[in-house]
Amino acid sequence: MTMGAIFSLALVFCARCGVAQDTPLISGGVAFLTSTNGGNTTYQPLIEPLLAAPIGKHLLIESRATILETFSPDSNGYDHTHFAGFTYLQGDYIVSPHFTLVGGSFLLPFNTYNERLSPVWIGNFQDGPLIASLGLLSSGSGLGGMLRGSAVSRRKYSVDYATWFSARSDNEQFNAKRSFGGRASLYLPGSRLELGLSYDRQLQDTQENFYGAHLWWEPKDTVFRLRSEFARGRHAQGYWIEADYRTQAFGGLNSWIGRFEPLFRMQQTFRRDNVASDGLPLTNVQRADFGLDYNLPHNTRILTSYARQFSSAGDTNIWETGIVYRFLFPTWKGKMK
Amino acid sequence: MNKKYFLAIILGALALPLPEAKSQKTEQVPPNPTDKHSPTSNKPQPHEDEGQRLFEAHCSRCHTAPEGFSPNISGTVVRHMRVRASLSQHDEQELLRFFNP
Repeated sequence: MTMGAIFSLALVFCARCGVAQDTPLISGGVAFLTSTNGGNTTYQPLIEPLLAAPIGKHLLIESRATILETFSPDSNGYDHTHFAGFTYLQGDYIVSPHFTLVGGSFLLPFNTYNERLSPVWIGNFQDGPLIASLGLLSSGSGLGGMLRGSAVSRRKYSVDYATWFSARSDNEQFNAKRSFGGRASLYLPGSRLELGLSYDRQLQDTQENFYGAHLWWEPKDTVFRLRSEFARGRHAQGYWIEADYRTQAFGGLNSWIGRFEPLFRMQQTFRRDNVASDGLPLTNVQRADFGLDYNLPHNTRILTSYARQFSSAGDTNIWETGIVYRFLFPTWKGKMK
Repeated sequence: MNKKYFLAIILGALALPLPEAKSQKTEQVPPNPTDKHSPTSNKPQPHEDEGQRLFEAHCSRCHTAPEGFSPNISGTVVRHMRVRASLSQHDEQELLRFFNP
């Protein structure tokens, strides 16, 4: 069944259920990205639509897909490749205040990047961290069930969790490895600090454990954000630290200066052996990314960055630019109560 | 690569924004206050402070707020956020009040 047909069926089904503020929505991002690595420039137009459709008071169907075209240089000029596929398609059933049961194809909750920052309209840099593939078991998604929610929520702290099991799937759209894992996070609203630990284990082929830790900090009363992750697998490990900031000193965030967003990301990867099974570079890599985004009105962002990557395989410069538009609208004009 | 040079890049880039960051008051608000759909366009409500706090704590941590959206989808947005951000039931209700004062 095509992606469009599945989206349409979901909408038709949910059309009978949406009332008041619960009208199904379509969101996502449209982007045009360019990347120049070692003198070769790649162009990539893409769209990432997201559908969220509530059914009744406890159920939510949600899905995200990616459709992109990549134009890369080759010996004859430019060649292009096409990709279209689901990122996830899941049903969420809110069982109780502390438990939500998720079924279907879901993003693996390992560290933070995959679930929170991977949408094109959210990420500050157009490419993910080098260690993003660690713990994501190739596809980044699982096919099975997940239990997640808020374990404790107080004014001074909150703890949330996610634990999941995935079956093996060789389906082209919903590829997944037999695996299990979980994540727990502690958030301290007073200091705006979040700490989390992740673990997962691949249960098919070569069985491997992956460990992750993340730390996010957003000092109160500032628009400065610090995000970081560490991940360790059997064959490699690494970390990334990202900082971004917007100034309000010259007329607020919506002044033309306030819309600038300088960024910095530092990352390193370390190989523990020469078995390349995790998507990380074959040699140790150190990379510094310097970015400058501009937040235009109407949910549009311009992303620019320069990265210098150091490794024994050769040092390279990576220049990236892109423009991203984020859309969000109801699937139809619903009636308010 | 020279390790001292490498370390200097890291520390320099991280240290630069901090002094100014500490001296500024936040203005990280959800949709444009002039927008008719904005949750901040109305007079302060009893739940607005709590909703604003939760919005900044749970939503703005990951992404910039969209510039207004139809009230018809506010429930869907919050339910989606409840699952994605593992919000408690109380947080979900407060955010919904914040979006629909």
